[in-house]
Amino acid sequence: MKGMHPEQPCRFAGVNFPLYQGDEESMKVLVAVKRVVDYNVKVRVKADNSGVDLANVKMSMNPFCEIAVEEAVRLKEKGVVTEVVVVSIGPNAAQEQLRTALALGGDRAILVETEAEVGSLTVAKLLKAVVDQEQPQLVILGKQAIDSDNNQTGQMLAALTGFAQGTFISKVEAAEGSFTITREIDGGLQKLALKLPAILTTDLRLNEPRYASLPNIMKAKKKPLDVVTPESLGVEIRSTLELVKVEAPEERKPGIKVASVAELVDKLKNEAKVI
Amino acid sequence: MAILVIAEHNNSALNPATLNTVGAASAIGGDIHLLVAGSGCAAVAETAAKIAGVSQVLLADDAAYAHQLPENVAPLIAGIAPSYSHVLAPASTNGKNYLPCVAALLDVDQISDIIAVLSADTFKRPIYAGNAIATVRSSALIKVITVRTTAFEAVAAEGGSASVEAVAALADSGKSSFISEDIAKSDRPDLGSAKVIVSGGRGLLSSDNFQLLYTLADKLGGAVGASRAAVDAGFAANDLQVGQTGKIVAPDLYIAVGISGAIQHLAGMKDSKVIVAINKDPEAPIFQVADYGLVADLFEAVPELTQAV
Ligand SMILES: Cc1cc2nc3c(=O)[nH]c(=O)nc-3n(C[C@H](O)[C@H](O)[C@H](O)COP(=O)(O)OP(=O)(O)OC[C@H]3O[C@@H](n4cnc5c(N)ncnc54)[C@H](O)[C@@H]3O)c2cc1C
Repeated sequence: MKGMHPEQPCRFAGVNFPLYQGDEESMKVLVAVKRVVDYNVKVRVKADNSGVDLANVKMSMNPFCEIAVEEAVRLKEKGVVTEVVVVSIGPNAAQEQLRTALALGGDRAILVETEAEVGSLTVAKLLKAVVDQEQPQLVILGKQAIDSDNNQTGQMLAALTGFAQGTFISKVEAAEGSFTITREIDGGLQKLALKLPAILTTDLRLNEPRYASLPNIMKAKKKPLDVVTPESLGVEIRSTLELVKVEAPEERKPGIKVASVAELVDKLKNEAKVI
Repeated sequence: MAILVIAEHNNSALNPATLNTVGAASAIGGDIHLLVAGSGCAAVAETAAKIAGVSQVLLADDAAYAHQLPENVAPLIAGIAPSYSHVLAPASTNGKNYLPCVAALLDVDQISDIIAVLSADTFKRPIYAGNAIATVRSSALIKVITVRTTAFEAVAAEGGSASVEAVAALADSGKSSFISEDIAKSDRPDLGSAKVIVSGGRGLLSSDNFQLLYTLADKLGGAVGASRAAVDAGFAANDLQVGQTGKIVAPDLYIAVGISGAIQHLAGMKDSKVIVAINKDPEAPIFQVADYGLVADLFEAVPELTQAV
């Protein structure tokens, strides 16, 4: 089991970070995690078109958020950060995902509890309120949640906090006073230097998250988990978006199996006429 | 009020995704203006001025915009946006990077990845890896939208004669800075605009074996794509990943080779016109979306196919 290595010297002790308040010795990272339908589930649209049917469906931590937690824990193991705070915005049941994050190496957790549907902008505002309280130098989020597929929250949080922004990252290297990150972009890869404080959003290749060990799952039960409300953070839940309806996508016409490459070529040339 | 479209470009050439985004803007209806923000990008603005249906091009030409860093581009767009009813950008990694910042600065929700325009305020967008399609209505004063470019026809690149007006640049935020870029150079068509895509998965077993797909793609004048598993394993570059969290493609012909057909992969390619699957497992889910399925060992079938076409 990997853990903290107190004997390992902190690579950054004494280095003058342009810290967002707090002292030189401590660097806090805030990680946002979302409870979503498990990625193996193929969701079904409700008959009344009001949404997708999530009754009795397996829920998990959003895979990109797992990658975010893993990266934060690795930064702590390397001595780059000193505390990993995980935060989720969602229903009471999201405590499950926060406990998972604690079992993976988070130090403490905050649940902003709401049963309401919250859009990315509201989530970003709630996270901004948590950032104001916690004063982290780094915030790590997943690049997108696999339910809404919005890909917005990290960017919105960067705009609201005024922090530097690094999205879709596949590599993080801590340097003096800044982070060098590699981003997965349409044409290939892009390297940026980000001044702290900064917001990072994870892409798939950043790391391979570990599994929580049983002793760590037990330990996580005793780690602090605070529950707060949007009201206590002074954020109003509202939206300029109304969900009118949700429909199943158009089904593709069933296809056929061909017996040979020759038959395939014949079909592509003479039936589909695409080659 | 007019619609503002943010041009996608690399400072020297306009990316064709811009034409599809203008296509989405014309489906909304109204005057269309285009913002070209970059550095040394006057030629892009000249090209953009010829796009059919664009009545004005705004040019923000400054070193601060050279790499479209969101900390610089978003305040620029947010500053201009109040004169417009809609702000549209392609759902490229660029558009996804800066546009949510614009929405947050304007205090409005963003509508991501629209696939249809029902009216000026109502749009369709895929959720849950495309397993559901949501219809959403926006009451925002300024509607901030990213566009799934494969879902909209490109407008003509020629035919317009817009005026080009310079926009004053804002100061560089200094929060982030560009170090380097590793952009894949290829003579093959872009995944986003290719008519034919040959995509490989874990079944390819190595990056050397991907050459089989390149040879076939070249013969068909197509591009090469990959599943996440193939990219994770290092068989193919990250920019080739097709899927829910990679590139969305919709070519005339998509040939999936050694790809099982996970929902995350299907999300990126199931709007292709014709889908071919080559897989040795007759139960592979990819066959459920394939128009033509061939149960075969790819190492025999792909060379034979390359010979035959
Ligand atoms: C958050 C998240 C996001 C994701 N995003 C994406 C995404 O954007 N795109 C994506 O593709 N995936 C994505 N995935 C991964 C996805 O779930 C699958 O794991 C992945 O698509 C599998 O890739 P594959 O089909 O190449 O590999 P496998 O599922 O391993 O399939 C390999 C196939 O090759 C066949 N095969 C093997 N050898 C041969 C042979 N000699 N001849 C013929 N056939 C052969 C096998 O029968 C099998 O069907 C994501 C997953 C998560 C959790």
